[in-house]
Amino acid sequence: MPLTNETITKKLTEHFGDQLTDIEEPYGLLTFTAPKDLNLKVMQFLYDDPELKFRFLTDLTGVHFPDRKGGELAVVYHLHNLEDNVRLRFRIFTDIAKPDVFTATSLFSAANWMERETYDFFGVNFVGHPNLKRVLNVDEMDYFPMRKEYPLEDQTRTDKDDEMFGRGGHIGI
Amino acid sequence: MARPVRFNINAQADVKLVKEGPEGYSGEGFFATSLDKVVGLGRANSMWPLPFATSCCGIEFMATMGATYDFARFGAERVGFSPRQCDLLMVMGTIAKKMGPVVKQVYLQMAEPRWVMAVGACASSGGIFDTYSVLQGIDQIIPVDVYVPGCPPRPEAILDGFMKVQELVHNKEVIRRRTSDKYKELMESYGIQ
Amino acid sequence: MSEQHQHVKLPDGSIEKTTTTLNMGPTHPATHGVFQNILELDGERIVSADSTVGYIHRAFEKIAERRPLYQITPLTDRLNYCSSPINNMGWHLTCEKLLGVKTPKRVDYLRIIVMELARISDHLICNSIVGVDAGAYTGFLYVMQYRELIYEIYEEVCGSRLTTNIGRIGGFERNFTNTAFTKLEKFLREYPAVLKEFENMFMRNRIFMERTMGTGGISAERALNYGFTGPNLRATGVDYDVRAMNPYSSYEDFSFNIPVGSTGDNYDRWLVREQEMWESLGIIRQAYEKIQEFKGADAEVYHANVPEYYLPKKEDVYTKMEALIWHFKIIMGEVEMPAGEVYHSVEGANGELGFYLISDGGRAPFRLHFRRPCFIYYQAYPEITQGSMLSDAVITMSSLNLIAGEMDA
Repeated sequence: MPLTNETITKKLTEHFGDQLTDIEEPYGLLTFTAPKDLNLKVMQFLYDDPELKFRFLTDLTGVHFPDRKGGELAVVYHLHNLEDNVRLRFRIFTDIAKPDVFTATSLFSAANWMERETYDFFGVNFVGHPNLKRVLNVDEMDYFPMRKEYPLEDQTRTDKDDEMFGRGGHIGI
Repeated sequence: MARPVRFNINAQADVKLVKEGPEGYSGEGFFATSLDKVVGLGRANSMWPLPFATSCCGIEFMATMGATYDFARFGAERVGFSPRQCDLLMVMGTIAKKMGPVVKQVYLQMAEPRWVMAVGACASSGGIFDTYSVLQGIDQIIPVDVYVPGCPPRPEAILDGFMKVQELVHNKEVIRRRTSDKYKELMESYGIQ
Repeated sequence: MSEQHQHVKLPDGSIEKTTTTLNMGPTHPATHGVFQNILELDGERIVSADSTVGYIHRAFEKIAERRPLYQITPLTDRLNYCSSPINNMGWHLTCEKLLGVKTPKRVDYLRIIVMELARISDHLICNSIVGVDAGAYTGFLYVMQYRELIYEIYEEVCGSRLTTNIGRIGGFERNFTNTAFTKLEKFLREYPAVLKEFENMFMRNRIFMERTMGTGGISAERALNYGFTGPNLRATGVDYDVRAMNPYSSYEDFSFNIPVGSTGDNYDRWLVREQEMWESLGIIRQAYEKIQEFKGADAEVYHANVPEYYLPKKEDVYTKMEALIWHFKIIMGEVEMPAGEVYHSVEGANGELGFYLISDGGRAPFRLHFRRPCFIYYQAYPEITQGSMLSDAVITMSSLNLIAGEMDA
């Protein structure tokens, strides 16, 4: 029986019930939202289940939604079932004041650096990560650059005139 | 419909294809010229470059080293990766702020006389990456002699930049430029002893 | 020194008292790119490795939040700069998925030709640099000549050699001229002989085989757990290729084999890339034949009919007013952008290059994330090189085909 989005949704709602919200299929890819504390349980279920078999972590990234109070930082996981060729995306939201999320490195070694990158850019603290340091930026950096409130340009540079570029010092085009 | 030519219409009639030797007084079996010209000639035609290739411009450098745009013709056959042995530091590619101290370290390890060529827009001024993590040009940390613009510059442009360095080495330098005042001031401004 | 490194345990039977720390620093020979490895050595064997990346972090994802879609294409060029058309096409395919644009078949076939040429050019660099690191400089020189032919074909289509910024949303900026097809024919004629010569130099060369066989291996389960994709994964035995599993741009119309290795060591990776170049040549031939079957008006099609997202022709932009206005609006992003999130991936030369785009209807993406294969598989380097010799670690690094621009973005 081919694995379709409906089958996956049914199995997930059987197992987790109402805790999974926003189940939709933008552009054919099943997407849902899980509560923050269940992220490992959801991934473990998708990994172990003999029909679902989502054993490949394609991508792990973060998104900053400044308008969503109480859930500003999102961590998005893309999983892939290589045998039946089905992809899946799920996201969790966490508060920016206390962005603790359980790490997925015990399940997928690929998550190691991807979580470090998410920490580096957004400040999401992955609980249980073996080596949560900055990976792409300089180690001494004290802010999380991908958050929307920080500008793209280095504000201390003197050779480029923001006025000429039409920027005037605020973010956005 | 062809548009009329607007540029390069006053072509130079005498294009030198072969570089002339230095001026001097020659006779039967001897040639007298000034020492700095001969030393300059020797240095210019056997520069040992250090390709500090970080990104895309590095691939264009590899193409320049290949057979079509042969870099070895100019005497720069032996590329070295040890700064202690090289004359010319060719910085090719974006230098991020994380990489800045490394470039400075490599420059400090080079022995005099040393020249620096910034290849590509990113090394000259930060290029298209005006961001918090990219150094806006390597001349913020080390003195640069020749800038080669382009993103990436064509191999012909890199060769042209190299020829300008050769001209600098050959004609415009005194033998020990590190003793001149202008050079000392420049090094002071960068904080290099 | 010994106090700092007491946590690194020496293997049994070692004659040393402490491990030696060696910094394979950001400046390497052989221009691989800038990343640092701090190795702990027991004599010549590696006990542990600690990698540092980020020396060329250019903040692509943050830049992309400011730029409308067309202005992001030059950024994607600089991800995997050895095969930049693949990145460009991948980005345009993602935009087309978001915007719901369907491209005609001829455009798809032309895109496939360009992408496969890019794949050949990337694998050429990788394989010849593995040769250079093993001490054989000749192969590199032979092969760089033929990369110039590929560059000439790119120049004919888009004007640029390396960072191509090729194509538009919906197709190409201009039809392929007859010169481009002549150059392609010349390439198809001359290149197989060169590739065979290159193969003869390395494939059954005893020194090369002894240096690469048995070194740098990884098992299929560990590779899958680490998120490997592309030739590195195929060398371990898993035949996962995005072109076959999630075909894009009409790859389903072509028949090609997916070469697969068995042990995942350096030799297998070299062989997989070599065989993939032959397969790419086959795909280019098939695509070229299919393109020659289009006759008449069909042969002039080089873009989809989407005036809202496709930049108008340059002759019109310079002479007609509406074209100029459309050009300006599209470049500055003043067109209808649907809100939504889309993930699209293409088979880059190093693996699955994915683009995760969240759009909120504004000019620039709300969030653009690149799923970069190099970043993901470089994590496995300490595990791969554990217990191997230092010289093998150097060859492993170059055979994994680490492109720093893609790793750091």
